[in-house]
Amino acid sequence: MPAVSKGDGMRGLAVFISDIRNCKSKEAEIKRINKELANIRSKFKGDKALDGYSKKKYVCKLLFIFLLGHDIDFGHMEAVNLLSSNKYTEKQIGYLFISVLVNSNSELIRLINNAIKNDLSSRNPTFMCLALHCIANVGSREMAEAFAGEIPRILVAGDTMDSVKQSAALCLLRLYKTSPDLVLMGEWTSRVVHLLNDQHMGVVTAAISLITCLSQKNPDEFKTCVSLAVSRLSRIVSSASTDLQDYTYYFVPAPWLSCKLLRLLQCYPPPEDGAVKGRLVECLETILNKAQEPPKSKKVQHSNAKNAILFEAISLIIHYDSEPNLLVRACNQLGQFLQHRETNLRYLALESMCTLASSEFSHEAVKTHIETVINALKTERDVSVRQRAADLLYAMCDRSNAKQIVAEMLSYLETADYSIREEMVLKVAILAEKYAVDYSWYVDTILNLIRIAGDYVSEEVWYRVIQIVINRDDVQGYAAKTVFEALQAPACHENMVKVGGYILGEFGNLIAGDPRSSPLVQFNLLHSKFHLCSVPTRALLLSAYIKFINLFPETKSTIQEVLRSDSQIRNSDVELQQRAVEYLKLSSIASTDVLATVLEEMPPFPERESSILAKLKKKKGPGAVSNHLLKTRKACLTDIKGISTPSPSADLLGLRAGPPVTAAAPSAGSLLVDVFSEAGVNDDGFLRFVCKNNGVLFENQLLQIGIKSEYRQNLGRMYLFYGNKTSVQFVTFTTTLNVQAKPVEPLIEGGAQVQQVINIECLTDFSDAPLLNIKFRYGGALQNLTLKLPVTINKFFQPTEMASHDFFQRWKQLSLPQQEAQKIFKANHAMDTEVLKAKLLGLGMALLENVDPNPENFVCAGVIQTKAQQVGSLLRLEPNAQAQMYRLTVRSSKDTVSKRLCELLAEQF
Amino acid sequence: MIGGLFIYNHKGEVLISRVYRDDIGRNAVDAFRVNVIHARQQVRSPVTNIARTSFFHVKRSNIWLAAVTKQNVNAAMVFEFLYKMCDVMTAYFGKISEENIKNNFVLIYELLDEILDFGYPQNSETGALKTFITQQGIKSQHHTKEEQSQITSQVTGQIGWRREGIKYRRNELFLDVLESVNLLMSPQGQVLSAHVSGRVVMKSYLSGMPECKFGMNDKIVIDKQGKGGTTDDSGKSELGGSGKQSIAIDDCTFHQCVRLSKFDSERSISFIPPDGEYELMRYRTTKDIILPFRVIPLVREVGRTKLEVKVVIKSNFKPSLLAQKIEVRIPTPLNTSGVQVICMKGKAKYKASENAIVWKIKRMAGMKESQISAEIELLPTNDKKKWARPPISMNFEVPFAPSGLKVRYLKVFEPKLNYSDHDVIKWVRYIGRSGIYETRC
Repeated sequence: MPAVSKGDGMRGLAVFISDIRNCKSKEAEIKRINKELANIRSKFKGDKALDGYSKKKYVCKLLFIFLLGHDIDFGHMEAVNLLSSNKYTEKQIGYLFISVLVNSNSELIRLINNAIKNDLSSRNPTFMCLALHCIANVGSREMAEAFAGEIPRILVAGDTMDSVKQSAALCLLRLYKTSPDLVLMGEWTSRVVHLLNDQHMGVVTAAISLITCLSQKNPDEFKTCVSLAVSRLSRIVSSASTDLQDYTYYFVPAPWLSCKLLRLLQCYPPPEDGAVKGRLVECLETILNKAQEPPKSKKVQHSNAKNAILFEAISLIIHYDSEPNLLVRACNQLGQFLQHRETNLRYLALESMCTLASSEFSHEAVKTHIETVINALKTERDVSVRQRAADLLYAMCDRSNAKQIVAEMLSYLETADYSIREEMVLKVAILAEKYAVDYSWYVDTILNLIRIAGDYVSEEVWYRVIQIVINRDDVQGYAAKTVFEALQAPACHENMVKVGGYILGEFGNLIAGDPRSSPLVQFNLLHSKFHLCSVPTRALLLSAYIKFINLFPETKSTIQEVLRSDSQIRNSDVELQQRAVEYLKLSSIASTDVLATVLEEMPPFPERESSILAKLKKKKGPGAVSNHLLKTRKACLTDIKGISTPSPSADLLGLRAGPPVTAAAPSAGSLLVDVFSEAGVNDDGFLRFVCKNNGVLFENQLLQIGIKSEYRQNLGRMYLFYGNKTSVQFVTFTTTLNVQAKPVEPLIEGGAQVQQVINIECLTDFSDAPLLNIKFRYGGALQNLTLKLPVTINKFFQPTEMASHDFFQRWKQLSLPQQEAQKIFKANHAMDTEVLKAKLLGLGMALLENVDPNPENFVCAGVIQTKAQQVGSLLRLEPNAQAQMYRLTVRSSKDTVSKRLCELLAEQF
Repeated sequence: MIGGLFIYNHKGEVLISRVYRDDIGRNAVDAFRVNVIHARQQVRSPVTNIARTSFFHVKRSNIWLAAVTKQNVNAAMVFEFLYKMCDVMTAYFGKISEENIKNNFVLIYELLDEILDFGYPQNSETGALKTFITQQGIKSQHHTKEEQSQITSQVTGQIGWRREGIKYRRNELFLDVLESVNLLMSPQGQVLSAHVSGRVVMKSYLSGMPECKFGMNDKIVIDKQGKGGTTDDSGKSELGGSGKQSIAIDDCTFHQCVRLSKFDSERSISFIPPDGEYELMRYRTTKDIILPFRVIPLVREVGRTKLEVKVVIKSNFKPSLLAQKIEVRIPTPLNTSGVQVICMKGKAKYKASENAIVWKIKRMAGMKESQISAEIELLPTNDKKKWARPPISMNFEVPFAPSGLKVRYLKVFEPKLNYSDHDVIKWVRYIGRSGIYETRC
């Protein structure tokens, strides 16, 4: 707006303003304003009409008072009157007042609209501009309703002045932004697009803003603008700096227009027309070339303008992502900026490179700058630039440089600014997982991460490391060892305690052989952190303790004592209290057998997408993560909680579920799934039942056979459950046993289960198990199945407790060579004392404590009851942790029994 | 206890700063300035808590007095002290203004040292203070050793407010009953709330250590005497025309010289007065108040652009008495564009800066009435808000006590010196002023 010309200055206004400024106190100011308001009211009320000048002056004063923070509830009428004045300054003040103090009084609005309409239809360009500015400044829906039809007409009319066209274009843009539904381009579309060809650069600049906005909403209608924009761009780019006269800014031709054109082109895919495309590529090349030229001026404006165009051009190149040549060039030019002394340029270069890194063509080129970027991460003073550097490192990371980048990021993390730490942590976690070649490196990295920036490690990160450790047998031992070491630090983060608690609880046995990390040491280490932790962590630790009881029975009394202490069992927190009480009961009531099943190792988690990535995406909003990641991983955006609901056991660590559920195996079907072998393989299934009585004997897609059995002396009863897993019924279902059995129901309905009871009596010792033959028809096809019934000689064991010297006495009594059977074999499973004990107990013999001088060894004693005779048996198991070997010695009064027992047991450990 | 005391000018610059306790740092000075004096919104509470520090402030014209403490003190005590401080300063150098404070810099520090010790208020009796803190500086060194020891014994003795050996040729005594009457009345003339707060201020120029006894028409005392049968006719005849015999005092407080035990047991006010001016008692009454003026407003809205206001004031006291400094303030709407006023008596003017018509009358006798009428032109506004009609307020001064309080006697006994009650010249004056005296319209 032109300044108020001299001689037209309002003296009264100036005096009033200086009076206000001179007021000593707030009260004085209010008094002065009240006086002025009364004066203005009396003037406005006065009978004689005010001239335009005084009206303008008073309206100005009102405006000033309003801006001081006082309510103005009159003067609108006078302002509207000013609108119809013919003097520019009066009209201008009128519009100013209206746009600042717009009032929804319908009558006034009508008058205002009328005045604006008059001005718009006047041929005076300055008046038209004022009216357009007012519409744009108010920008309300009412304005849009009144003028949305009018303005496009002005915009495309042939006889409209250029300056009015500019204003009209911007005014329309504003109305379109506030109420897009009211601005309908329709018939005007093509003529608006053709404004790009306008002679006047100002008009083009204004129009292109409008077109960009419109074409973002409905790209198809404005498709034609692409070729026009390209030709316009090429004309500008190829022109000499003097050609455009007014629109040359520090030797750069029309920089704003160029940027806007490039931005408009980014709304569309690469042009299909070869000629247009060629021309565009030529333009882009010219821009890149020009950027390389020595600067024509040392002024900062010159380089700013030039760089603005360059960055916009690079954005376009990245957007097209189809010109390897250009991409690589862009990358190289950005590389130069990476070390520029302008911070802003470094920032922009890093930002653009981030997007370049995601393009397959330029990824390699970006990677060459890794050293510079790492350097930037370390030395850059501005935190936002460091953040960009971190982004770029993340984007350029691949298998080849992952180790280096992760190491750099980790080392930077120690000094990183707090604002970007969480994001850095997520990035490190993702990279470590994504490009992990060996999982011990992964575990190391994540544990390091927790150590360095524990506060910023979100749940997802440590959930994930546990998932991975559980799913990979090969790292479990290493992980246990590493967390054990990490926990020894005097102050370690709570997240570390969580990971430690979980992993030691699951795999503490793997390192228990080492006296430095014996069960008690492990327990004490964990428990030393207990009191410093929050409630959820304590809950987790309690679960870890109960798992310890299962893994290492020798810690049982210590742990029970801990659980029994008032601070646990009477804890004010319900969750902790419940866990303490239930775990205490569980450990004291349940037999080792039950304990072993309940507290079994967690089953592997189903493979799924890393939820950390989802979290990072959520944090930065979609699009912030580099594109190729988005593309490849789109499928997994599904649930963000991901890891917290990985398996049927509700959540990974069972923090939310009740304690028994936590410890229980995942689903009802596999409730009693074996501890020993991987899957229920047909007739080997029975081997699993050597040491236990209940479980699933067989399972395939159709049928599941469960067993429940009980033995007493030489008698036994076995319940067989045949479960139909399909929805179709099985017909003519028969079972034949080479022993006698009660007949079973010939029909099993879909989804149903039938039961069969078998009574067993052991007449004498035996070595072959009875065979069970099952035949049924499923959908017409005859199914035939033969299974070994898991009835073994050891089922008829009667445990015998005896003292040390008794045992050795009997041991010596059974010294005939045929009475002894010995086997030395390699361990099939981890050498876990607790598991071994559980198995030996499951065998049915009495496990004798404090008998063998070597505490590592196990000795058992029992009597096998048959109808014919009783066979006393003694057993000794010597594990060798170093060699992972066992030596098993069985002595019994009957040589066949010794042999059979030895065979059976050798496959169990 | 008080940790420190600051005096600021209106700009928030510190004029006086005296810190008594270590727990108050220098930043407390700034905290008060930033959070109270320069606060964006006007701070209306006299007690402000900033960062566990309490600030108690009073404002005298443009001057802020603030007491600071970190402890849980008795706020009433602190305010009482601040008021006393104001009184003391006024007694020493007159009006509390920035200039006066700057001129009496040393004096104020001296006073502060004397009346506050480690944050505990001490003797703040002006008369006593003036004996040992003087403005004459070097001249005051003329005190003899005897005088000095006398001061010490007096200030620390039982009657700390009066020194011995005062001698006047003329024993004289002035008694002022100062009352301010507060009223809120409905447009129909119904009293919504009214109370009088009064003070008995005394100026005594008496020799020796006189024992005084003050009597007024306190209802309890009068009733008791009536019952006892010993009628005090002289008291009754003094009461004169108002016809009211006694008044009910709601609550009262006394100067420290009054023997409270005697007041409690016999309801008699006896004391050894300080020398010079002091406030003997304060009281409050709410019953049977004589309202000196009645305001009858009449407001008529003529259309949206005009307002007619007619206000009649009636004086309601003995015709022989004259009210002075009468000022009626009639608020005008915020969209007033012009005012025409006609009044029979006095001067009336529309003051735009205060959004009110101010009508001033110099003098007015009792049982008269006067009237003002005004035409207010309004500018139509877009606001649909109705004018809130603030009440019409009034200021005046009348030569009687609106509460009806009468001084029955003030007896002076001085057993050691030879002057009797009759030799003392006594002056009694009643002044009734308006407090917040408002009538809704």
